[in-house]
Amino acid sequence: MVQSFRSRFDASFAALSDATRRGVLEQLGRANASITDLAEKFHMTLTGMKKHVGVLERAGLVSTEKVGRVRTCKLGPRRLEEEAAWIERYRQLWDARFGELDKVVEELKRKEKVDGRKKRE
Amino acid sequence: MKNRTTVERKSARELVVTRTFNAPARIVFEAWTKPELLKRWWAPQSTGVSLLSCEADVRVGGRYRFEFGHEASKPMAFFGRYIEVTPHSRLVWTNDESDDGAVTTVTFEEQGGKTLLVMHELYPSKEALDAAVAGMEGAMPETFTQLDELLVTLGASVGRS
Repeated sequence: MVQSFRSRFDASFAALSDATRRGVLEQLGRANASITDLAEKFHMTLTGMKKHVGVLERAGLVSTEKVGRVRTCKLGPRRLEEEAAWIERYRQLWDARFGELDKVVEELKRKEKVDGRKKRE
Repeated sequence: MKNRTTVERKSARELVVTRTFNAPARIVFEAWTKPELLKRWWAPQSTGVSLLSCEADVRVGGRYRFEFGHEASKPMAFFGRYIEVTPHSRLVWTNDESDDGAVTTVTFEEQGGKTLLVMHELYPSKEALDAAVAGMEGAMPETFTQLDELLVTLGASVGRS
């Protein structure tokens, strides 16, 4: 367990230690791209870009899919997990707020009832 | 029993939060528009931060400013303007902390004495929402700078040993 966490951490750490690979992640955050697109964008050979994508893929930061002759790259499962985790934290924040809001709303409802009764009297 | 809160990223630029309240829309709306009431629920204890001040002038063009923090000397401020205020049904405001702030629309839809609240946040770009999701705004480059520094340090210490 500890070992696997460590190796995963080491893999992403190594993957992120390179400026081109960070650029690739940023780029894929905007839109999916083929290895050819990425090679052009970063002024690199296809082989060089394939190596970078391979490192990112092993770290789970990028996933690739081959359709016909084109290999398309997109952000990998680790990135998606991070987004899901953020959304859950955001949900918890609002859930906590709304829990308090329920109390305020109940109090206003009670007040309205009492005021209504007073008006009728 | 507590009603469920849902959050969904509807598209590249939109985030949607929904929740039903067991009260008519006028009551829920009131709790969102009176600063003295907002103050009571916006910073629940479980979040670990407290609300230092909460001003909200809920009229079209009116401003709001919420300040949070652990210490009064270093508050974190959220502020903007209300651009639409329709009593009991709709509130729209801007988030002006940065150029990447969302426009937030909250609708209150009453049905059978209950209110369905939908909070819709529209970011100016996919990158802006991605940055929000990634943590704090603009935190990414800074994190990488720190990572670079750390790598240099590690590299240096490996070199020495």
